[in-house]
Amino acid sequence: MHEEPAVEVHGLVKRYGTKTAVNGLDLTVARGGVTAVLGPNGAGKTTTIETCEGYRRPDAGTVRVLGLDPLADAADLRPRVGVMLQSGGVYAGARAEEMLRHTASLHAHPLDVGMLIERLGLGDCGRTTYRRLSGGQQQRLSLAMAVVGRPELVFLDEPTAGLDPQARRATWDLVRELRADGVTVVLTTHYMDEAEQLADDVAIIDGGKVIAQGSPEQLCKGGAENTLRFSGRPGLDLASLLKALPADSAAAEPAPGSYRVNGTVDPQLLATVTTWCAQHGVMPDRITVERHTLEDVFLELTGRELRA
Amino acid sequence: MTATGTFAPRPGAAPLSRMIRAQAALETRMLLRNGEQLLLTVVIPTLLLVLFSAVDIITVPTSKTGGEGKSVDFLAPGVLALAVMSTAFTGQAIATGFERRYGVLKRLGASPLPRWGLMTAKTAAVLVTEVLQIVLLTAVAFSLGWSPHGNPLAVVLLLVLGTAAFSGLGLLMAGTLKAEATLAAANLVFLLLLVGGGVIVPLEKFPGAVRAALEALPISALSGGLRDVLRDGAGVPWADLGILGVWAVLGLGAAARFFRWE
Repeated sequence: MHEEPAVEVHGLVKRYGTKTAVNGLDLTVARGGVTAVLGPNGAGKTTTIETCEGYRRPDAGTVRVLGLDPLADAADLRPRVGVMLQSGGVYAGARAEEMLRHTASLHAHPLDVGMLIERLGLGDCGRTTYRRLSGGQQQRLSLAMAVVGRPELVFLDEPTAGLDPQARRATWDLVRELRADGVTVVLTTHYMDEAEQLADDVAIIDGGKVIAQGSPEQLCKGGAENTLRFSGRPGLDLASLLKALPADSAAAEPAPGSYRVNGTVDPQLLATVTTWCAQHGVMPDRITVERHTLEDVFLELTGRELRA
Repeated sequence: MTATGTFAPRPGAAPLSRMIRAQAALETRMLLRNGEQLLLTVVIPTLLLVLFSAVDIITVPTSKTGGEGKSVDFLAPGVLALAVMSTAFTGQAIATGFERRYGVLKRLGASPLPRWGLMTAKTAAVLVTEVLQIVLLTAVAFSLGWSPHGNPLAVVLLLVLGTAAFSGLGLLMAGTLKAEATLAAANLVFLLLLVGGGVIVPLEKFPGAVRAALEALPISALSGGLRDVLRDGAGVPWADLGILGVWAVLGLGAAARFFRWE
């Protein structure tokens, strides 16, 4: 019964006046995993998510969420989808626990509110009105409201923005548990480590399009090359080393006795380098492997200049 | 779905009646918890009633049925109209404007509660608040020697239609202006209509042309209609009901057409 993907977006276009926020975007989110949507400010992340949530009407393209149209089938979809907005969403004068209990009461089989409050460390501020909560507490309340109705799919728009490390960990644990219990999670984030930690699948959006998608490992492997450094006696025969290495590699001695090998750095390449060193009576010191992080890949794909 | 953990999906909307009841209860609590709103909805009408009944600041016209009219007989209907306006228009406009600004309406739009359910709940919260106001103000008026006449059904009809007219205008404002603009405008309108709507100042005090314009206002229709019934024992005040009906249709229609949820 769950053959169709959790989210299927084809050729989505959304304009605000003369500005094109989303420009022919395709995105498929499989059921049951965590998908992180990354992108610079203004790339179209929130517009895409909000179109899936039924807040925006596409100018072109199709959007299906759990196989349904977010606008035409909104009434069927709303109980099944949890939403955490980037900010706000709570009466300024409502108390934290009161608001969560209220959200729970709109659902048929809600989670235990007390458990959620405790899990997200909101126990001390349950009687505090929303306007007096800290930014981090407001974020966690909003997250709790998104999951309390036991949805099949949750959209979390920057769930850990502005959280302290403890609260971030608590949020990550909750996302992992949602995933383990079969909830599909789609989140946007600016934190690359968050995507690396949580996501099964990463979609990088820029200029209103998905420019790369895959698991964090796939994305880090593809495109960007990695670096291996070691130290040895100066003046090693780089031509000989290069002959032993795969064709796409490069080797250099940027400073006397300090060597750098670029290429696809995998266990095989490491073995080749150390074998070559052994054959030439070289003790390679301080071997370091610099693998590209998701952040490197992200900056490579989206450029380094600042966005509006 | 094989997962059986704490968070294992089990989606579903609560029954509609439960959702609307919960939302109405929350909206009512939000209204009653707000200090500034209580000033408008409770403190000001009560003070006006007590002050102007005790002190003869404004000479009130004598009753049409003959004899010297008591101040409270003139004031009580006006203050009841003011109470309706303060909750259905001013309070609702300001609260809804800020709910829109802070994404409350947006977030509720993603919940299982349909929009019409939310509006039903808001109306219920307004009505509950009005009942509390009317009970309080009626008690105060009785203690000041008020002796109301007339058909209670006509009074209820006026109050309901007045609530509809003011709600439409309040929601129109909240759904189209910025929250700060709504805050300022709703308070200003409250003040202007308090003076120019026959609440405490009889419309007879205004020159003819101005008076004709003021009489077309919803607050004048409501205070005038209530006064005709409660003080003078008139039957159903069709003219005033008609004015309120037109405002209700125009206000609610425009609100439905132009209201922006974000």
